[in-house]
Amino acid sequence: MTFHSILFEKPEDCITKETLEAPVFFVDLNLDQVINAITASRQEEYNLKPFFYTSLNDIDAIKYRQEIMRDLENKTLYEHIRSFAQKMHTVRVHLALADKLYYKYNKEGWVLDAAEIYCDAVNCLVHDLSLLVLESRGFLAFREYLTNYAKSDRFTSLLTETKKLKADLSAVRYCLLIKGNRVKVRKYESEIDYSTEVEKTFEKFKQGAVKDYRVKFHTDVGMNHVEGQILELVAKLYPDIFLNLDNYCAKNGNYPDEKIAVFDREIQFYIAYLEYVAILKRAGLKFCYPEISNTRKEVYDYEGFDLALAYKLITEHSSVVCNDFYLKDKERIFVVSGPNQGGKTTFARTFGQLHYLASLGCPIPGREAQLFLFDRIFTHFEKEENIKTLRGKLQDDLVRIHDILNQATSNSIIVINEIFTSTTLNDAVFLGKKVMEKIIQSDLLSVYVTFLDELASLSEKTVSMVSTIVPENPALRTYKIVRRPADGLAYAISIAEKYRLTYDCLKERIKS
Amino acid sequence: MKAFLMYKDHDFDLQRKLPLNEQALIQDLELKTLFNAMALGDEFLDEVARKAVLSGENDLDTILYRQNILKDCLKNPSVVRQMYTLTVESIESQKKNPWGIFSRYPSSILYNSVELLQIFVGILKKLRTISDEHSEKFESEGFTALFAMLKKELSDEYFAIVQNHLNELKFRDGVLISAELRKGNVGINYILRKSQDKKQSWMNRIFAQKPPVYTFYIHSRDENGFRALSELRDRGINLVANALAQSTDHIRNFFTMLRIELAFYVGCLNLYEQLAQKEEPMCFPVPVASTERRHSFNDLYDVCLALTVKRKIVGNDVNAENKDLVIITGANQGGKSTFLRSIGLSQLMMQCGMFAPAESFCSNVCGSLFTHYKREEDATMKSGKLDEELSRMSDIVDNIKSNSMVLFNESLTATNEREGSEIARQIICALLEKRIKVFFVTHLYEFAHGFYDKKMENAIFLRAERQTDGGRTFKINEGEPLQTSYGEDLYNRIFGADD
Repeated sequence: MTFHSILFEKPEDCITKETLEAPVFFVDLNLDQVINAITASRQEEYNLKPFFYTSLNDIDAIKYRQEIMRDLENKTLYEHIRSFAQKMHTVRVHLALADKLYYKYNKEGWVLDAAEIYCDAVNCLVHDLSLLVLESRGFLAFREYLTNYAKSDRFTSLLTETKKLKADLSAVRYCLLIKGNRVKVRKYESEIDYSTEVEKTFEKFKQGAVKDYRVKFHTDVGMNHVEGQILELVAKLYPDIFLNLDNYCAKNGNYPDEKIAVFDREIQFYIAYLEYVAILKRAGLKFCYPEISNTRKEVYDYEGFDLALAYKLITEHSSVVCNDFYLKDKERIFVVSGPNQGGKTTFARTFGQLHYLASLGCPIPGREAQLFLFDRIFTHFEKEENIKTLRGKLQDDLVRIHDILNQATSNSIIVINEIFTSTTLNDAVFLGKKVMEKIIQSDLLSVYVTFLDELASLSEKTVSMVSTIVPENPALRTYKIVRRPADGLAYAISIAEKYRLTYDCLKERIKS
Repeated sequence: MKAFLMYKDHDFDLQRKLPLNEQALIQDLELKTLFNAMALGDEFLDEVARKAVLSGENDLDTILYRQNILKDCLKNPSVVRQMYTLTVESIESQKKNPWGIFSRYPSSILYNSVELLQIFVGILKKLRTISDEHSEKFESEGFTALFAMLKKELSDEYFAIVQNHLNELKFRDGVLISAELRKGNVGINYILRKSQDKKQSWMNRIFAQKPPVYTFYIHSRDENGFRALSELRDRGINLVANALAQSTDHIRNFFTMLRIELAFYVGCLNLYEQLAQKEEPMCFPVPVASTERRHSFNDLYDVCLALTVKRKIVGNDVNAENKDLVIITGANQGGKSTFLRSIGLSQLMMQCGMFAPAESFCSNVCGSLFTHYKREEDATMKSGKLDEELSRMSDIVDNIKSNSMVLFNESLTATNEREGSEIARQIICALLEKRIKVFFVTHLYEFAHGFYDKKMENAIFLRAERQTDGGRTFKINEGEPLQTSYGEDLYNRIFGADD
C-alpha cells in the first residue's frame, strides 16, 4: 500500500477545502470549547481546526483513524512522535530565522543547523519506528515510506554533506585583538587561557561561597555589524570551508520532504486529541473506541460525560459525574426532564458530542459505546433569554425547528433543548407534540430536553430520562440522569422547598 | 588561607545562632558588664565577645587551644592589637568605594576589583612584615600555624606574580580573545588569552611564516559599533572579571575572619588589663570532661561585681568532687547570689577559652548552661507568678540534655513553702537522674533539708556564713541547711536592734 496521508487513507477521502468555520451546532454542544482547548497551543503552527471541523461519512475512514489512535496510545510511539514533532518545529523556526537574517554566513549557518536537525529527526524516527510493533494501516504505510526515503540518495547525500560541514565549522577557532577602535582577526594559536591563570593565582584565598559576578550575556541568534564584519574576516581565514557552505546552501535549498512535512502537521491531530484526553484520564475518566454503524440505531454509552464540562471541572479540581444511556429495539428519542440545574442540558450535549467526536475517528468519553454514523447533526437550543416580544421568539423557534425538520434525513441526529418556553403551557404541549410526531415519523435519533412531562411517553420510540436529586436535601444535585418515567410532582415539591415555598415554609414566612 | 585562631580546623561563625536562653543568661549573670569590659565601647568587639561567651565549647582540646593562643596574646599584646588594626583597615578600605564591585559590565567589575586588590595586597604585605618580625615570640599552635601560613603563602615571589597580573589586567596592549562558531555561525566561547610569543628569538621571528591577520576599524562616529565592540570585549573578560571580583571577596573574607577571631582575643586583653589593674587574681582554668563531676576552686569571685565596685571583693573556695547537686542556703545578703553568679560566669569564661576569675579553677564542662531565677512580677498580667516560673522551667526542659548545668536562684517561691518544696524536689530529682548538674540557691528549708537528710553522696550543701554577732562575711562554706535565713538579722539592721 502506498502512503498517502495519516488522516485519510485514500486520496479521494481528502478534505477538498479546509474550512476555518466551525459547524453551526458547535456552540450549542460546547464543542467549540472542546476543540479550542485541544488545538489551543498548536493552532498557529499546525492549523488543526479544519480537521476537527470536518466529520467523516465513511466507516472505514473512521476505522483508519481509530487504528492510528490506538497505535498512538502506546506511550513509546507517542513520545517518539512528539520528539519528532519537536525537532521539525525547530527546523521550521531555524529556517524562518534564516530567512529574516541579514548576514550571508549567519543565514547559511542556520540553514545548515536546520538541515542537521531535520536529518536527525528523520533518522531517529526511522530507527524508533523500526523497533515498534505497529498495527494501523496508516502507520505501517508511513513507516515504509519513511524508511525508503531515508535510504534515498537525496537524503543520504544531504546527511553526509551536512555532517562534514558541521564538523569543519565547529573546528574553526579564531582570535580577536581589540584595542581602541581597532579589531584584528586571526587564527587561534594555542594561547593560554588567562582567566584560569588569574583564578589559580588567587586560589589560596578561596573560602566558602561568594557572589557570582559573571554577567549573563544574552545569546543572540543574529549578529550586529561588528560581528558581521568579524565573521566575514573569519571566512577569509578559512576560505575553503565557507566556500563549501555557499555551495551546500545553493544545492540543498529545499530539503524537507513534502509528504513528511504533511505528516508532521496531520499527526498533530492525533497528538493534540490524545494530550487532551490524557488530562481527563488522569482524573479517572474513561475513554473508549465506539463501534460505529450506519444501520443500527440502538446506540449506547456507559460512563459518558460532557468533555467541555469535565475539562473545566478538572481544572477547578471538582469531580465529574458520568452518565449511562442506551436505546434498544425501536427506541430513538431521549426525552429528558427533571429539576433545573440537574444536568439535563449536559446530557443532551454529551449525546451530540459523542457522536460528533466518534465521526472524527476519536476515542470518546465512556467505558463502552456503540454509536450511529449520522449524515448531519442539528441542534436547537434556546437562543436569547431576553427577547423583545413573545411572539417574535416563539415564531423564531418555530422557523428554526421547521428548517431543521426539512433538512434532516432519517440518518440525522437532532438535539433539542427547551423550546417553546415563551408561550402558554397548552401551546407548548401542543407544539411539542407536533414536533415530536415529526421526529418520530422520520425515525430520527434525538435528544429532547423539556419541562413537559406529557412528551415523555408519547410513543414506543421515546425513552424518558430524568435528572435526579438527593431526597433528603433537594437543593443538592446529583447530576445523574436515569431512565425513569417523568413524574412532575417528585421534583416540583423539591424545587418548592428549595425556594421555601412549601405549605409549611409559607406559613412561617407569611406573617399574620 | 584561613586564620583558625578559634578552632584548629574551622572558622568561627559570627552568624551562629545563640542558645534560646541567651537573654536569661545575659540578665541573670549580668553579662552586659562583662561584654562592656571586653568591648570598651566597640560594637564589633561587643558582638564577637557576646557570640564567643554565649556559645561556649564542650571540646576540651578547643578550650586549651584558645587558652594557649590567649597566653601568647597576654605576652604580646601590642603585636596582636597591631594585627587587629590592620584587619580593621582592610574592611574600612572597602567602604571608600560605596558601590563596591557590583556592575552590569565586566569591564567595570574588573576595574574596581583591580583597584581594591591593589589595596588588599598592600595590607597583606604589612601583615607579612609583622609576621616576619614577631613570629618567634609566639608559641601557641594557633599563632605558629598562622604565621607559618603567611610566610609560605605570601612570599615575595607571590606578591610579584600578583602585581604582574594587576598590571596585565589593565590591558595596555589590547584585549586578546579567542572564539569559536556556534549555531548560525555566531561567535561563542569568548575566552581571554595571553599571547606568549614575546620571547621568540629574532631568528624565529624573521623566518616564521606569518599567519594572515585581517584588521578593521570602527568609525569614530559609529556609536552602535563601539557598543557592540565593547560588548565583545566584555564577553571576553567576563570570566576574568568574575575570578578577580571573587578573589577580592575571598581576601576580604580572610580579613573579616581574621578580624573576628582576633577580636575575641582583643576583648580578652581588654578585660585582663582591667582586672590586672585591680589586682584581682586570674588563672587559666582546668576543664575536665562533661561526664565527670568537678567544681574545685580557690578565691573564685564574681567578675562582674569586681568590674562594678571599687573595693576588692571576697572570693570563695569550694572543693566539690563527684557532686551533681549543690544546694546553697543561708543568710540574706550573705553573698549567695553573687556566689551563684560567679559559678555561671566562670563556667562560661572557661568554656569559651578565657581565663577564670579565680586563684585556681577546675570544673567539668557542661553541654549547656541554664539559669532559673526568681523574676519580678509579670507586668503583662498574662499569667500568675507560679505559672510564669513553671513556664520558664518548661522551656528549659524542652531544650536541656544530659551533662548540662542549671543554676536556680530562689526558684519556686511563688507559692507556699510546702508546695514549692515538693515541686522543686520533683524537678531536681528528675534532673539528677538525667545527669544534669544543679546549683540551687534557696530558702525552701523543707526542700533543702529533705535532700540533706537523704545523705546523698553526690550532693553538697553550702551556707552563706553568719557570724555570731549577725555580721556577714560574704563567705560561702559547707554547712547544713538551717531553719532560718536570718531575715531577723536584716530586719534588725534596718529597723535597729533596740526596736
